[in-house]
Amino acid sequence: MKFADFVCFDAVIPELKAKDRDGVIAELVSALDKAGKLGKANRQEIIKAVIKREKEASTGMGKGVAIPHVKHPAIKGVIATIGQSSTGIDFSALDKQPVYSVILLLSPADNPEKHLQAMENIFKHLQQEKFRKFLRQSQITEQIEDLLREADEDPSL
Amino acid sequence: MDKPVCETEVEIKNTDGLHMRPAMQFVDIANHFDCEITVSNGENSVEGKSIMQMSMLAATCGTKLKIKAEGADAKQAIDALRELVEEKHFDEPLPSNKKKKC
Repeated sequence: MKFADFVCFDAVIPELKAKDRDGVIAELVSALDKAGKLGKANRQEIIKAVIKREKEASTGMGKGVAIPHVKHPAIKGVIATIGQSSTGIDFSALDKQPVYSVILLLSPADNPEKHLQAMENIFKHLQQEKFRKFLRQSQITEQIEDLLREADEDPSL
Repeated sequence: MDKPVCETEVEIKNTDGLHMRPAMQFVDIANHFDCEITVSNGENSVEGKSIMQMSMLAATCGTKLKIKAEGADAKQAIDALRELVEEKHFDEPLPSNKKKKC
């Protein structure tokens, strides 16, 4: 699975307005809704579900990245978007450090395999310090899109 | 003297596979031990103490993982991790019989 298969570039937010975790989640879900990617799913319901999941265990994995996600029956295909914050957001991350890159992932309830494949792809790249650095430096959507497309072609990125 | 090495193979049994929460439980337990822990799905070999690396394995229900521990407390680590995966299956639901078995 590649980034280009599930990241909605129309919903990417190069500089998030929200300054806290729940606000960031709402902003990213709303961007996906605006891009027409939520289908019949209710925006507020999805926001609530992602926040609920986040409260159970933080998806702030350390190194400045968080991957809030949820599996929801109203979601039909795996879909993701990315938001960046230059000031950093408190996500109660594992390493207690602020989060600068947030990848929101929504998956259907009945396809754990697809969900894991998307996660695998995201982590494969987030592992790379170079990738994290380039992502954090990207200031416009086009740069983020270029980076993800390049990462899709180059496994070392 | 060589460091003790202990190895085992486990099968992921919970329906949703090794998603983030189970991966975190695994890493949490792995970090209680001093030994080095590597986990392999046949294709990739990753550090069992790193949440990012563990999440990369994308192990689904039915996937077999090889866990290898090297160090003084290798045996204890392997026992604890095997219990988590195979006996407690991360305290998560197993596939019901009505649905297809994985």
